[in-house]
Amino acid sequence: MEKLLEISGNDLVIAILLAVAQILALVLIMLVCIAFLLLFDRKVWAAVQMRKGPNVVGPFGLLQSFADLLKFILKEIVIPAGANKTVFLLAPIITLTLALVGWAVIPVAPGWVVADLNVGVLYLFAISSLGVYGIIMGGWASNSKYPFLGGLRSAAQMVSYEVSIGFVIVSVLLLVGSLNLSDVVANQDGGIWNWHAFAFPTIFVMFPMFVIFFISALAETNRPPFDLPEAESELVAGYQVEYSSSPYLMFMIGEYVSIVLMCAMLTILFFGGWHMPVPIPGTENLPDWLLSLGGLLVFMVKVTFFFFLFAMVKAIVPRYRYDQLMRLGWKIFLPTSLVAVVLIGGYATFMNAQGRPDFDAMDADNSGYLEASELAAVTLPMGVDANNDGRISWPEYRRGAR
Amino acid sequence: MALIAFYILSTIVVLSALFVVAARNPVHSVLWLILAFFTSAGLLVLIGAEFLAMLLVVVYVGAVAVLFLFVVMMLDIDFVALKQGFQNYLVVGALIALALLAEIGIVAAAATFGGGETFNASPGAPTNAEALSRVLYTDYLLLFQMSGIVLLVAMMGAIVLTLRSRPSVKRQNIAEQTGRKRKDAVELKDVRPGQGL
Repeated sequence: MEKLLEISGNDLVIAILLAVAQILALVLIMLVCIAFLLLFDRKVWAAVQMRKGPNVVGPFGLLQSFADLLKFILKEIVIPAGANKTVFLLAPIITLTLALVGWAVIPVAPGWVVADLNVGVLYLFAISSLGVYGIIMGGWASNSKYPFLGGLRSAAQMVSYEVSIGFVIVSVLLLVGSLNLSDVVANQDGGIWNWHAFAFPTIFVMFPMFVIFFISALAETNRPPFDLPEAESELVAGYQVEYSSSPYLMFMIGEYVSIVLMCAMLTILFFGGWHMPVPIPGTENLPDWLLSLGGLLVFMVKVTFFFFLFAMVKAIVPRYRYDQLMRLGWKIFLPTSLVAVVLIGGYATFMNAQGRPDFDAMDADNSGYLEASELAAVTLPMGVDANNDGRISWPEYRRGAR
Repeated sequence: MALIAFYILSTIVVLSALFVVAARNPVHSVLWLILAFFTSAGLLVLIGAEFLAMLLVVVYVGAVAVLFLFVVMMLDIDFVALKQGFQNYLVVGALIALALLAEIGIVAAAATFGGGETFNASPGAPTNAEALSRVLYTDYLLLFQMSGIVLLVAMMGAIVLTLRSRPSVKRQNIAEQTGRKRKDAVELKDVRPGQGL
């Protein structure tokens, strides 16, 4: 972003084209993956209920999602007479856009990220807190009772669970000491015993935090057992009642994109991102593109695992009642995650900050990084510079000292 | 490039702020307000204050404006009655508008004619978040804690105002419900024919 603001002329055009190409590649690959994940979701659901699931279109029903896509697009868009047309059509567009925009900061493999923001985690949190608007606007603009009730339920539910998600994210950030998602992943280098969910002294706090984040992610994306905004036994289909054809399709794709985004967040914050569970010796000598591709594969396997958990929860857990949902969010998750923030904060202050004075003393120009000139005086072990940018940040230094 | 981005974003902010006042439907007003907040966050990113920008989005757009929208959507507003009081408030409104305009003028004059210091969003630290935390948790620690306590008191006040005990309402006690044994709930009675219980 800052680089784009500083350059001009031909360089600017090339930079913009490159950025657009990256974005298009990410979105296209992700949407195709989502088409298959959607089928996977339905297959898991069917298997739990001892059915076969979609199996007619293509081998094993693999092309089912594409057939659904065509059907959605080719049908007529019905807009209710009393609806507020602009807001009604804006709502699904906002849902889909916000779900896609969040992916900009997700590092899918070493160095493969569209925008490597310094405040990446906060950006994700901000974008996911905006997701509620699509639902509220859709519910209000339909000018109908069930959608309106669904929109109201969803607003209260998403605002409640955001609080505990925020505290869980804060506890991870305290461990890492950086808001950058690439740093969060780099902090979990070197095997499953360094992943935030399993790292030794903090496992007693961070593993429950991981569970809280998982359940809050279910509530945040309106997945069963927290799908009260679209509870069919009470509200028909909640905020989506009046939607048909491609606006409905946008709501549905937006929902699934944000579910997979939550799976990616679980992977990055707690399960080591693109790192293998056990480090494989000899891989350092492989070319960079091969390492990135392998990292992407590991990342996708982990995301698919979490998506499988989401699908299983949908299949086997009965829906919560509304007061139970609020009780869980405010009276159980919020105090628990607050206590965890205090515990992890104390741990980070007394155990994890060892060596910071040395680091600051070496950092002569107070830039937060040890550049080549500052490193001339000291010798650090090889591989401390995890992201190969020619300078050592504090998290990298701390890991090197460990 | 930064200049073009600045002009695009500030045009959107000013226009959407205008529509907040001009929109006939209060829900549309809130939606324009959200757009104004969101674009202001973009302006903050432009001057390098990315942490503040994200906080603006999380706090104002993600929480405060949701509650605004929540309340405004539920109000049953009569638009004719809403417009009737317009002239009564005209004088006060104009005074407030003038005062705000004067403040903006003073800030603009200070920025234009004041010392030639360039703006730095993260003085003495590599990132905006670190620069803020270095002063917030050292020099301004007391003020920071005090504002936290003020917020806590406000929150407790709101809870106390709305909490009333209603003994007639039956509440679920989950521990009691799951801790119930069969012998507490079911009793086997030997009913004799022709007598009943």
